[in-house]
Amino acid sequence: MQSLVFADVWAQVDTLLSGLVQTVWISAVAIVLGVFIGIACAVARSADSRVLRAASTFYVESMRNTPFIVQLFIVFFGLPSMGVQITAVQAGLIALTLNLGAYSTEIIRAGIEATHRSQIEAGMALGLTRRDILLHVVLLPALEKVWPALSSQFVLTMLASSILSQISVEELTSAGALIDSRTYRSMEVYILLAGFYLALTMVFRLAFDLAGRVLFPRRRAVGARR
Amino acid sequence: MPVVVAKDVRKSFGSLKVLDGVSLSVNEGELIAVIGRSGSGKSTFLRCLNGLETPDSGKISVADHELAPGEDALRALRQDVGMVFQSYNLFPHLTVGANIELAPRLVKKISRAEAADIARSVLAEVGLADKYESYPEQLSGGQQQRVAIARSLAMRPKVMLFDEVTSALDPELTGEVLKVMEGLSRSGMTMLLVTHEMAFARKAASRVVYFHQGRIHEQGPPEEFFGAPKTPELQQFLGAVL
Amino acid sequence: MIRSFGPAEFTFLLEAARWTLVLSLCAFVGGGLLGIVVALMRVSRNLVIRSIAAGWINVIQGTPVLIVLFLVFYGLPFFGLRFPPLIAAAAGMTIYASAFLAEIWRGCIEAVPRQQWEAASSLALKPAQRMIYVVLPQAFRLAVPPTVGFMVQIVKNTSVASIIGFVELTRAGTLMNNVTFQPFWVFGSVALLYFVMCWPLSVMSQRLERRLHAGRRS
Repeated sequence: MQSLVFADVWAQVDTLLSGLVQTVWISAVAIVLGVFIGIACAVARSADSRVLRAASTFYVESMRNTPFIVQLFIVFFGLPSMGVQITAVQAGLIALTLNLGAYSTEIIRAGIEATHRSQIEAGMALGLTRRDILLHVVLLPALEKVWPALSSQFVLTMLASSILSQISVEELTSAGALIDSRTYRSMEVYILLAGFYLALTMVFRLAFDLAGRVLFPRRRAVGARR
Repeated sequence: MPVVVAKDVRKSFGSLKVLDGVSLSVNEGELIAVIGRSGSGKSTFLRCLNGLETPDSGKISVADHELAPGEDALRALRQDVGMVFQSYNLFPHLTVGANIELAPRLVKKISRAEAADIARSVLAEVGLADKYESYPEQLSGGQQQRVAIARSLAMRPKVMLFDEVTSALDPELTGEVLKVMEGLSRSGMTMLLVTHEMAFARKAASRVVYFHQGRIHEQGPPEEFFGAPKTPELQQFLGAVL
Repeated sequence: MIRSFGPAEFTFLLEAARWTLVLSLCAFVGGGLLGIVVALMRVSRNLVIRSIAAGWINVIQGTPVLIVLFLVFYGLPFFGLRFPPLIAAAAGMTIYASAFLAEIWRGCIEAVPRQQWEAASSLALKPAQRMIYVVLPQAFRLAVPPTVGFMVQIVKNTSVASIIGFVELTRAGTLMNNVTFQPFWVFGSVALLYFVMCWPLSVMSQRLERRLHAGRRS
């Protein structure tokens, strides 16, 4: 049995770091866009129109019951075959966003449905418009309630970005594979990669926790309920 | 012969002093009713008696067991001290019969057949012999509480503790539970009850104890206690609740 | 030579789907056995045991599945252990599943109300007896819906094994795409097959969840 030698790998750490940066910004963009899709579809799921409800159900169920890598391949290989030219990064972003959008929809919808009927009635009794009720009485409290679950989903999205290495996006995992092919120090490379992802997980969780405090001041005042 | 002796028991939760020097002595066969406002420390004191809470200082001895930390010592004590809870805490995944047989079989290592006999007899004592095969969710609150009493009884304890056992019941169901407790007392069981049922305390207790701000403020036999309360705090409390 | 995507090609995908199911089963059984151990360790009163379990869960949950598989497949030859893709995939998926199942099951153990633990203690039950006869049976009932839900995740994540060369459904799709160059047909069929495998499990999990909460309202 040989011994672990990290020196060779560490010499190329700047490759890893640039991959890390790619991972972070791709995840960030997908998260922001995905949340908007999630809110929109969650509202659509409880809408009056049967067509809207069916469409969002179809979207959510097909995303949640198929693997991400297959979704990625459909976007990356499928769109060009229809004549749409996209780069690997664009394909990766689209797939990540659509994937996160579906999971966010379910999470946010659960939060919306947990809003007690009496809250909505109170809003109506005060003469609020439907839009106001939706936004202030239903949506914001729902988001606050499901923020921890959403944050977990965001972290999962960041971890899923590792799959983008398979379509040659130069994020963290593909940086690692590159170094592996140069140094043949597989164990060291992948241990290091695991370490980087763990660190990212912790940083992301912290960031979302702080974001939660900023976005939802009531938690700051009253304290997290769980 | 005192069966329960508590000397200067103190306990705080953080900065909140819940028990501020409680001393109590209970003789065999007595029924002690413990009353007082919420937060006066009565439930905490009761839970100290079977080790569910640990006092910060003071000595407690129950049924010849000195209360000390240590899993084995506590379990030996709990075989002689039974506890019935406000929310019955029956095991939902077991039938009534299985609920009652569980502890005798596992702790006292009694055979299945013997445990079943014990179960049927204590069930009959509480008037629910026909519910042996039922599940807790099929019973009313009053019935579930009687099963809970039977479950503790099956271990043949020397002392039984009752923590507000009728507070969660609809008024028309408390009667059946109180009847069982009265019967138990008449058969000689030593009992401590934290309760709000003043009429029951007046009728069945040997002694009533008034907890106020973490200490025993006044105690005495029911006629004295309810008829001629000595301290203004007790007078005020009785004025509010009676 | 470019082939066209037709029934024969679909059959090829179907056969590969069997391997997806095989790998999923291995992951669930292996991960389940290991997961129970880790879950019980995670709720132990011993700080060291608890920390080891917590470390296992947090490290694996904070790492992409792909990296776990890479570590097993590319990293272990370093120790002289060279596994064929199926074994490496099964080992990697077992490790991945064990962490998530342990966390799910720990949540279920802790969801058993405190009063049940107290009632059992008050009856003088030993901690092991309390766990086996009172807590675990109730935790098991709570655990069924999320466990079934996680099986869906397992089936989907077997797709990552394609990257280390194991020929399950996704890899078959990639191979097929390289031969037919009809990605929508190929990967569309692949997606459909995954959907057929996963959706019933999803529905069952939701139904179980609803039934559980309806019963628990008493």
